[in-house]
Amino acid sequence: MASARARGDSIFGGLTLVATALVLVVLAGIALATLIGGWPAFARFGAGFVSHTVWDPVQRDFGALVPIYGTIVTAVLSLLLAVPIAFGIAIFLTEVAPRRLVGPISAAIELLAGIPSIIYGMWGLFVFVPFMADWVDPWLTASLGRLPVLGVLFSGPPLGLGMLTAGIILGIMVVPFVAAVMRDVFTLVPSALRESAFALGATRWEVVWGVVLPYTRTAVVGGIFLGLGRALGETMAVTFVLGNAHDFNLSLLAPSTSIAAAIANEFTEADSATYLSALIALGFILFVVTFIVLVFAKLLLLRLARQAGR
Amino acid sequence: MKRFTTALAAVLAAATLTVAPVRAQQVTGAGSTFVYPVLAAWSDAYAKKTGVKINYQSIGSGGGIAQIKAGTVTFGASDMPLEPARLAEAGLIQFPLIIGAVVPVVNLPGIDTGKIRLSGKLLADIFLGTVKTWNDPALAALNPGLALPALPISVVHRSDGSGTTFNFVDYLAKVSPDWRAKIGVGTSVSWPAGVGGKGNEGVAAYVQRLKGSIGYVEYAYVLQNKIPYAVLENAAGSFVAPSARSFQEAAASADWSKAQDFDLVMTNAPGAGAYPITATVFILMHRQSKEPAQTKQALDFFRWALGQGQEVASKLDYVPLPEPLVAQIEAYWQASLH
Repeated sequence: MASARARGDSIFGGLTLVATALVLVVLAGIALATLIGGWPAFARFGAGFVSHTVWDPVQRDFGALVPIYGTIVTAVLSLLLAVPIAFGIAIFLTEVAPRRLVGPISAAIELLAGIPSIIYGMWGLFVFVPFMADWVDPWLTASLGRLPVLGVLFSGPPLGLGMLTAGIILGIMVVPFVAAVMRDVFTLVPSALRESAFALGATRWEVVWGVVLPYTRTAVVGGIFLGLGRALGETMAVTFVLGNAHDFNLSLLAPSTSIAAAIANEFTEADSATYLSALIALGFILFVVTFIVLVFAKLLLLRLARQAGR
Repeated sequence: MKRFTTALAAVLAAATLTVAPVRAQQVTGAGSTFVYPVLAAWSDAYAKKTGVKINYQSIGSGGGIAQIKAGTVTFGASDMPLEPARLAEAGLIQFPLIIGAVVPVVNLPGIDTGKIRLSGKLLADIFLGTVKTWNDPALAALNPGLALPALPISVVHRSDGSGTTFNFVDYLAKVSPDWRAKIGVGTSVSWPAGVGGKGNEGVAAYVQRLKGSIGYVEYAYVLQNKIPYAVLENAAGSFVAPSARSFQEAAASADWSKAQDFDLVMTNAPGAGAYPITATVFILMHRQSKEPAQTKQALDFFRWALGQGQEVASKLDYVPLPEPLVAQIEAYWQASLH
């Protein structure tokens, strides 16, 4: 009897191992496939592939700097917008809101997470881009655009399309993910801790900053990086509002392209082996960028955990 | 390594394509998105008449060429012709099927459709980014009496590779040595200026939303979306608006008789009333078919399309091929298919 139970246990253990191994195999498979597929491009252009801004399908000369830059800048912009908003939402839901509001608001945020990205893209193009072109871009160019050094970031004609618009749309898309994680972990803070702080006369802000955040910061950082991962890989919404131009431009108002958008746009008509290989190489680079972000997040979490232990 | 890349491409293409299993009464084709609306209408009318179904997947010209080379479809459709040498290498034949055109569209508040005139060289300079504003002296010289706004020009091009782009830049390269030297010709090129929209609908949407913009779309999109267009100076020096008549004049004035395997891009055609960016869609088929029954059915379909089907096409704003060209295609079929 005992041995049969032990066998059942080992079978179960084996099954979970298979499930885990499957993920690792798929991961390694994708990495390897994109590396092999992109190898002709890496071999031909060398390390210059990642620092070169030319993208010329006619001459078959490809460099990935513009899509890499566009991907990173839009993702960072989206986090600058999404993290404070998500933080506010989570605090409101866990600390401030009356109980009967929590359910409906949480549901609304989850609904926001469920909207397909192409809807964000179309809304962005038809509603948000004209708004940016008519109001926000001209105002930014007239005010911040005059600053020395920083002014470069806000120069150029007010197209409404570009890295700033894409960053804002991505930010809106990322908010529900980060907010959901933050809300979930904030509710896990033991009420004894929270109530003790209130009993000591702490204000709501002091409780959040001094008790809730330190208690949950590893999970909060995890949630932020989850959002970053989504922003890095987003394709459809970005394609609509980023402008899809392989021009290197420092201005946030200028059109650019991202890795995912370039692949989605150009894959079907990539008519030479080098072109196709360059696009697959872009895929591999996105893989590497995401991997670096995750490793960075893991290291940050480890450091935070060690500090918290002290 | 190369084989792996092509295999990967084939898998991905297959994933987007999902070709239905071929049955006796079904002919499959893939390629150009431009020809899709008319092929769908033809297929519908033809199926009602004969029971033969034409299953066409509009995956883009490049995809169509790849699929016909791989032999997964009975015919491919491409907006650009293949050279005779490449055709021979792949064992393919090629013939034009229908005429279309690429039209420069603009968003200029206060200026009506067809009012602004452009020469080919000026169009190239705008897309090269050297002419930057609408009140540029070169534009003013071509448009006396038109109050051109002091708006910056926003160029809109395709972000995806496309036969539309191929015909457009082929024209620019023919009329502007600068364009030929700096940019060249292809289904996608390294654009020196502007933003990219995905598909004709993407470009149309951008042009309609960006003040002072100029883009290029297939003629059908101009009609459907009522976007203001610019008239173009043709090779004979007259300014022509896009219309069925000016497209047909271009097709008639292009010299098809000397083009082996119909390898001719008819942009910048010489006719007096010819529209300068007129284009044709080419059908690609195997010279020696592995499935002769399907190939015969496809040919019957194209014969019908080039004859009775033209009425359906005209309703959709496509332009039929001139009759001498149709006769030439018939002769080509006789000569090259076994």
